[in-house]
Amino acid sequence: MTHPNAAQVIKDSAMLKQKEMIASNYSKLETAATDGRKVAATFVPGNLNELIMCFDMLNNLPEINAIQNGMRKKTGGYIMEAEKRGHSEDVCTYVKADLGMIAKGNIGPDGQKLPAPDLLLLSYTGCFTFMKWFELLRDQYKCETAMLHVPYQGDGKITSNMVSYVVKQIKEEVIPKLERVSGVKFDIDRLRENLARSARAEEDLVWVLESAKAKPSPIDAYFGGVYYIGPIFTAFRGTEDAVEYYRLLRGEISERLARGQGPVTPGGDMSHERYRLVVEGPPNWTSFRDFWKMFYEEGAVVVASTYSKVGGLYDLGFRHDPDRPLESLAEYCLGCYTNRNLPARIDLIEKYMDEYQADGLLINSIKSCNSFSAGQLLVLREIERRTGKPGAFIESDLVDPRYFSPANIKNRLESYFQMIDQRRAGGQSAARAV
Amino acid sequence: MTTTTSELIARCQALFDDLNFTYAREWKAAVPGRIVVGYMPFYVPRELIHAAGGLPLGVLGGGDQLEVIQGDAYYQSYICRIPRSTIELGVTNRLDFVDAMLFPSICDVIRNLSGMWKIMFPHVKSRYFDVPQNFRDDVGGDFYIHELNELRDMLAEVSGRAVSDDAIRASIALYNENRALVREVYAFRAREPWRAPSAEVYLLMRAGMIVTVEEHNRMLREYLAAAAKETRPRRDNSRVVVTGAFCEQPPLNLIKSIELAGCYIVDDDFMLVNRWERSDVAQAGDPLANLAAAYLHNSGDTSAKYEPDQAKKGLYLVEAVRRTRAEGVIFASPSFCDPALLERPMLQRVLAAHDIPYIAFKYAENSGQMQPIREQAGTFADSIKLWSNP
Repeated sequence: MTHPNAAQVIKDSAMLKQKEMIASNYSKLETAATDGRKVAATFVPGNLNELIMCFDMLNNLPEINAIQNGMRKKTGGYIMEAEKRGHSEDVCTYVKADLGMIAKGNIGPDGQKLPAPDLLLLSYTGCFTFMKWFELLRDQYKCETAMLHVPYQGDGKITSNMVSYVVKQIKEEVIPKLERVSGVKFDIDRLRENLARSARAEEDLVWVLESAKAKPSPIDAYFGGVYYIGPIFTAFRGTEDAVEYYRLLRGEISERLARGQGPVTPGGDMSHERYRLVVEGPPNWTSFRDFWKMFYEEGAVVVASTYSKVGGLYDLGFRHDPDRPLESLAEYCLGCYTNRNLPARIDLIEKYMDEYQADGLLINSIKSCNSFSAGQLLVLREIERRTGKPGAFIESDLVDPRYFSPANIKNRLESYFQMIDQRRAGGQSAARAV
Repeated sequence: MTTTTSELIARCQALFDDLNFTYAREWKAAVPGRIVVGYMPFYVPRELIHAAGGLPLGVLGGGDQLEVIQGDAYYQSYICRIPRSTIELGVTNRLDFVDAMLFPSICDVIRNLSGMWKIMFPHVKSRYFDVPQNFRDDVGGDFYIHELNELRDMLAEVSGRAVSDDAIRASIALYNENRALVREVYAFRAREPWRAPSAEVYLLMRAGMIVTVEEHNRMLREYLAAAAKETRPRRDNSRVVVTGAFCEQPPLNLIKSIELAGCYIVDDDFMLVNRWERSDVAQAGDPLANLAAAYLHNSGDTSAKYEPDQAKKGLYLVEAVRRTRAEGVIFASPSFCDPALLERPMLQRVLAAHDIPYIAFKYAENSGQMQPIREQAGTFADSIKLWSNP
């Protein structure tokens, strides 16, 4: 593996394109008031970006702000600020990072003041905390709130009752509020156009993610994957920019695939793939690069991850459908990864283990995120039982630097890689978990 | 012969202590075809289980008497205790007579536990029971009626007999009676808390998680009659509402400690299912539509339920304080309880705006050290007496 220093890292066209897109969205948010643009705050899983765009509104995502602030090492202070103001040390650190940021002047990750939202669009998908988070934000902003309750797939399937319920809410609750706040009348043809663009981008995203089935994998589907899912999970699904981004990305990955190259990492091109892993759970953001380094230095590539499905699960065939616009939005919301029951999640991981020829499953269990974390030890057991491949369990947090212990995690990973080696060498008595 | 409170509460205590659920086992064994359906907090429509010829069994964790060994192997240290003790109950066969389990929509942990149950106990029918967060009849109501119908079908499958509308209406009548009696007990305690110590009321309500509704109705009546006759010293305690304990239950000693420290508990949210509907559910007409309407328009408030109107957020707690003439609020929440702990700052802001004093602490169902609780509650009671406006 080559190890250029950070200054030498060459950014691909797709990466540059994404950087521009993110910067542009923050820039629009900063000038929203002077530009007369209305702002909707909403969440990543179950977001209705194509619909929001129909009303010329901007999209501000509190989770993304927390992630961006986490990567810029700002969240530690924000979390402590929120805890000083009475928020429990036990609860989600995305929430506290957001509330702490607001308490300290609502300065966004790029150093500019974020606008107060005109509408809180609460898509209650796959995570109970979202509901409380928006109630807390409503308490701050006193603005209009639209609730979209997305039922959980308790039996592992989407029923017609669920779809009908979500569609009715979109029609009766969400669209009227978007119209009222924006002053723009809803145009379903505009929505269809946005959804058609989403589907095109989704097609290319799936191709990119599935390229990891090749050996060596041309991508890292977790650490690299979080960049790849960025546009489609956030403010860009349904835009020409997103279509262009995924077209560029697919082209770049095609070339890597044709050349038999491994993933691009912060340390340069990864030349030797030693371990192929499936990872369950979100990454840690405050030490993201250090965390990634622990993998690529050992030649470990993540070939599939569940986190890259949290804002939409497309590799089982779902695409936004302009011919069934509202139903399609409902099915998208219902199908997000954490809205699936535990047996369905386990089935999906097992499928990834098989199709991506993984050596094992690694669970990064996040203190803040019960939606992911509750039940993960059973997930580990089940996957080990079904596949006979070793699993490992590490713990960290989303954006609270107090819960990232590098030495501990590195030790566990190194032990885990040794265990995979032993298993390959025919040792069947390797410990079940490290 | 008249039952005394001590006799009645001794029976409730025995039911509470019995982690093998002997009562429910014997009830089921007594008549072939009977089913037992377990449910977790905070709410399920018990009427449907009853109408299916079933015994609704509240599964509220293992308390402070259950040693959790295997259950801990399924959860990280930062997850609350109720799922691990519930798993412990399952894997130690204490729930092996339960035919079906319901996991209500309360938080991500209980939600995911529903899937774990499917994997770990595949012979038990289990269902995540969703409730609407949209409160329009034609939106959330339609969804909920459909969910109730699916539950009815599941119960019919488990019991092997159809669940008729008439049977549901009859069950609604019994549960209406139950809720009215529960409200009466709460009102009695709020009026004369020295006559109805909270540990007694707690055990009495907890019995309702285990025994048949018919029997619980008898127990509630007997308690009301017996407690009114009791002569107990009236202490100069502060009157408090306890909130945040709607899922994982506090140890009984914690409830006793709060009273020993000088606080009369005049309202609480320990077992919301007992009084979720605030008045009678209508009996005439479509029973599922009636249950849905009651949920949408006539049910209690808790942090697992969305409040669409910002102006009304938290006012239910202010109203509880006013109704019971409480002088303060104790936020007692289980550690790592997302709904209670995320809600708490919003409720505290509302209380502060209404000049209602409060304190907060956390517990686990197996908390053993009560001295800090006693000191906090005692200080709170003293501060109310010393500093609050007369």
